[in-house]
Amino acid sequence: MENNNAPLLEMRNIKKDFFGNQVLTDINLTLRSGEVLGLVGENGAGKSTLMKILFGMDVIRETGGYEGEVLIDGQVVKFSDPFDALAAGIGMVHQEFSLIPGFTAAENILLNREPTKKSIVSEVFGPRLNTLDYKEIAERSAKAIDKMGVKISGDMVINDMPVGHKQFTEIARELSKENLKLLILDEPTAVLTEKEAEALLQSIRNMAAHGISVIFITHRLQEILSVCDKVVIMRDGYVVKESPAKELDVPEITRWMVGRDVASAAAAEARELPDARAIMSIRKLWVDMPGEVVRDVDLDIKEGEILGIGGLAGQGKLGIPNGIMGLYEAGGTVEFDGKPIPLNSPRECLSASLAFVSEDRRGVGLLLDESLEWNVAFSAMQIQDKFLKKYLGGLFSWRDERAIRAVTNKYIDELQIKCTGSKQKAKELSGGNQQKVCLAKAFALEPRFLFVSEPTRGIDVGAKALVLEALKRFNREYGVTVVVISSELEELRQTCDRIAIVSGGKIAGILPASESSEAFGALMVSQVI
Amino acid sequence: MKKHQRGKFNLGRLLQDNIVPVMFIVICIICFPMSGYSPTYLLNELVTRLGRNTFLVLSLLIPVMAGMGMNFAMTLGAMAGQIGLILVSDWQIWGIPGIILAMIVSIPISILFGIFCGNLLNKAKGREMITSYIIAFFMTGVYQLIVLFMMGPIIPIIHDTLKLPRGYGIRNTVSLLNMRQYLDNLLAVNVMGVKIPVLTLLIIGLLCVVIIWFRRTKLGQDMRAVAQDMEVARNAGINVDRTRIIAIVMSTVLAGFGMIIYLQNLGNFPTYSAHTQIGTFSIAALLVGGASVEKASIGNAFLGVLLFHMMFIMAPAAGTAVTGDSMIGEYFRTFVSYGVITVALIMYEARKRRAKSQTSHLLALAQREEEASAK
Amino acid sequence: MDRTDMEKTLENRDLMARFSFAARFGLPRTIIAGFVLLLFIMAPFVGADLTMQIGNVINRFSWNAVLVLAMVPMIHSGCSLNFGIPLGILAGLLGGTLSIQLGCTGVSSFFVAILLATPFALLAGGGYGWLLNKIKGGEMMIATYVGLSAIAFMCMMWLLLPYTEPTMVWGLSGEGLRTTISLSGFYDKALANFLAIPIDPENGLYFPTGTILFFALLALGVWAFFRSKTGTAMTAVGSNPLFAKAAGINVDRMRLLSVIMSTWLGAVGILVYQQGFGFMQLYMAPNNMTLPTVSAILIGGAAVNKASIPNVIIGTILYQSIVTLTPTVVTAMIHMDISEVVRMIISNGMILYALTRKMEGSR
Repeated sequence: MENNNAPLLEMRNIKKDFFGNQVLTDINLTLRSGEVLGLVGENGAGKSTLMKILFGMDVIRETGGYEGEVLIDGQVVKFSDPFDALAAGIGMVHQEFSLIPGFTAAENILLNREPTKKSIVSEVFGPRLNTLDYKEIAERSAKAIDKMGVKISGDMVINDMPVGHKQFTEIARELSKENLKLLILDEPTAVLTEKEAEALLQSIRNMAAHGISVIFITHRLQEILSVCDKVVIMRDGYVVKESPAKELDVPEITRWMVGRDVASAAAAEARELPDARAIMSIRKLWVDMPGEVVRDVDLDIKEGEILGIGGLAGQGKLGIPNGIMGLYEAGGTVEFDGKPIPLNSPRECLSASLAFVSEDRRGVGLLLDESLEWNVAFSAMQIQDKFLKKYLGGLFSWRDERAIRAVTNKYIDELQIKCTGSKQKAKELSGGNQQKVCLAKAFALEPRFLFVSEPTRGIDVGAKALVLEALKRFNREYGVTVVVISSELEELRQTCDRIAIVSGGKIAGILPASESSEAFGALMVSQVI
Repeated sequence: MKKHQRGKFNLGRLLQDNIVPVMFIVICIICFPMSGYSPTYLLNELVTRLGRNTFLVLSLLIPVMAGMGMNFAMTLGAMAGQIGLILVSDWQIWGIPGIILAMIVSIPISILFGIFCGNLLNKAKGREMITSYIIAFFMTGVYQLIVLFMMGPIIPIIHDTLKLPRGYGIRNTVSLLNMRQYLDNLLAVNVMGVKIPVLTLLIIGLLCVVIIWFRRTKLGQDMRAVAQDMEVARNAGINVDRTRIIAIVMSTVLAGFGMIIYLQNLGNFPTYSAHTQIGTFSIAALLVGGASVEKASIGNAFLGVLLFHMMFIMAPAAGTAVTGDSMIGEYFRTFVSYGVITVALIMYEARKRRAKSQTSHLLALAQREEEASAK
Repeated sequence: MDRTDMEKTLENRDLMARFSFAARFGLPRTIIAGFVLLLFIMAPFVGADLTMQIGNVINRFSWNAVLVLAMVPMIHSGCSLNFGIPLGILAGLLGGTLSIQLGCTGVSSFFVAILLATPFALLAGGGYGWLLNKIKGGEMMIATYVGLSAIAFMCMMWLLLPYTEPTMVWGLSGEGLRTTISLSGFYDKALANFLAIPIDPENGLYFPTGTILFFALLALGVWAFFRSKTGTAMTAVGSNPLFAKAAGINVDRMRLLSVIMSTWLGAVGILVYQQGFGFMQLYMAPNNMTLPTVSAILIGGAAVNKASIPNVIIGTILYQSIVTLTPTVVTAMIHMDISEVVRMIISNGMILYALTRKMEGSR
């Protein structure tokens, strides 16, 4: 404690790139003990990468480390894994629960740090044979729960708990660590009801009063304003605004979050199609997609347009195409070209000349172990009996390998897929080229209507432009209606004619792509759950 | 309120959860009059088998606790126990000291086998049971290599009575006449014509106490955590792989002891086949007692041994009485032991899937309600 | 690291993989293939008649190849290794015994047996497939025990079913089937004798042209099926069920179909085996077929979710070479008959190796 004036945490000039992709640039941040800092920004702004650096996560080291310095109490630290960070007094509550479902709250709070009693056996065979001191476990967990100022029974089994209690248990686990100085909360209120969220905010204030600093990440801006001392707003890997919470309001934060340089010349090609009829009408759609729940969506899509669907992660934008295409359970009505489309049946959708490029490339989009030929031709073969050759007067039919190779090579050329040939396995391609294969698969179906979900996620800049260009060309040349779902607003504004913003599982509004970023930003956070 | 809700489903749930034991009780009730055995005979046999088999069945509990399912590779421990017994009979150390020495000899072999098995199972997470099933077959080959070829030239065997006439390898049967039931007879009590092997039961009781104590240790807690969620346990700093290996090693060592207790009761053993069915029968017994792949208690073990062996004793006689063919009963009990394991495995997998689909169903329902209320 | 650099290293690794035999073929397979090669080289030195040994391998190959082929459809559709092959075998046994019971003799009894086995195979396969769809992910363990239970159940049936044909039932009591039934006069060598080419007629060694042709026919059928639209869909289901679902494939129906195919091939397979072997083995015998068959296809280069016809052929030849050659060659070399132990360790070791591999691409 030679330097009492040093802030608890200081991050200086933090830089980080993933394979040449700059995701953080010159981040500076200070935090004093007992302070609550709100960290906001769109998805992909770099919040979670920054927190991963602070918490010493393995991904950072595996991808080449970071530049800049992290100081705790004025001392430079370099964590090689999360356990180092824990030892230095940093705790983190992740978005996903990390709890043992069959254990009680108390057991979870002290998981792997259980107070134990020695016995003769453990003297011989080592401390793992110490017996657990259940009384001490109960006492210490109760103390940690008290720090939050909420009432949870330590004997309750996690499985029987409401979601909110689980979240509190997670936080209590961090609080039970004696040396905890800094707690990172990554969207802790996302799963909570309003009442629970209010209790959580109150407990954050309690912690701060106990001298614990908190970094609070959330999309609910109102919460930020009500609990934080200081707000840091990030965009595209930069800190764009750092200010006391008192001096900000919600519209201003939104502006800072999404605001772009006016010169970005987006939406140059946005068209208005006033006469176009609605080719697809969605009414009262609900989709049960874990983490992307959709409720009561009404949406009309015009023939021949490119519609963008944007919104923050977890708000349900991905649920819409996945639900309509039958990959997750859904309800409501969808009409395409005047005819109703039965839900929960991928085959019917594909037969009706719809196609879908999934956001889960490796999981749903590709046959990783098979050749490009198979990946491109499979759906068209199964749905439309293309690429089949009949023998013995149609008695049986075989794959027409030549036609399959021809169509694959056509798309390899057209989309500039980098590969050693049409026989190469899909898993051997880079992310961007895999995405192009997914597009080729959809194009080979020659659909009248195409859903494309997160087409540029995880691919490099060059491939990004190519993919978006291909989509535009497909729309313009063949008159195919395209719906692009993406978390990157800027990308939507460059590609689409209109953009619908999803918030809280519902359509918050539809605006022309030429509308200002601020307007979209306001819609994004309007109904956040 | 919660309690009340549980009470409502109680009877149906109880029956559904315990379908296997209930089925067995019914089978036993039907078989009993047909077999024509006297209650004293039956009781005598049951007590003998309780002493003989319970230790083996208990050795399965720890891997279940660590979430590794039924340890079909407990056979490895049985092999280690047999190797211990072969060596001890060659050294001609008989009686209780012989039994204890055999156990001591089996320990390092069991640990070695257990570490081998545990490492393989760590590479096959999610497929532990089929892998341990195959490991048992694989190690049977290794066991034969050791006992049939290496005993004699490499591992010294002194006495020709043990060796095959060709000069190496162990004969097809190893006689344990000089330690037969020494454990069972020491302190044995005779109650109304039923011989009770008090010492054996005491040893089993001791093991139960150890298991109960073990559950309350740090290691036991770690195993329970690993069983439920390896990822969470790893994030909390628990060495998951090591914990799982320890669980298998403990099971293997205990199975070795169990095999020695089992064989001293029988008094001799077929060198190359004694261990082959031990895994199946022990697992079937545990499952009959109402255990499942992810949950097994000491009570399950005892109830299982009683019910399973009651059926085992009566089935051949009952089969003969009904069909006039003794083989029918033999096949029937084999069928039942396999069938029980099959049913238990299916129930386990089906329950896993049902749990998954139920959550999504609930979500859909909640939305529908919300939608309705929104209107 | 630059992206192009990374791509380059990936390419290099790919090149290396393509040229390195061991890497592509898998270390244990290379060892086994080397071992078999060594056995063949050593055979003349220890005084074994190489022609006869090779003739034996070919014959044993012809008995077993169809059984190994029965693994292929289920592996393709992602139902993993068919540890439930005893179900198919039992259907085959039912067909065989019924054919004899009905008084069929000679070559015709073989085809009648296949015909009679078919409904049982379809029924058993259908039920088995339905069950496997209920318990996706736990197929292998449950398949094993379904097979074992079925075998034990049929043990009772062999005793209880009213068979009367005197060549099959126990002589004394006149009821209950024997454990081993001689097939001479029925379908013993029904296929093998067709166009048989003598290799060493004095020792009764012939090249079983008919059996090989029959296998080739079935293999061709399977191969052709996997080139069809349905076959392609089945492969996709095994490769990535989510992809298949998104492409409108009924995943469960494909799996069911593959299980039925595998079970039927298993039934035919055991009949082919019996006509070569000359005997029908009942009761617990079907159990002894499972692990050798599974390990044969793995030795041939199949993975838990990928298999091809060459895998079947190579695997069966390698496996049967081990079975045929080790007793003569190794015994002559070290004067110990460790062939059974070697076979056990190799075949189960191969299955273990496959199970402990990370399953790439499959989920």
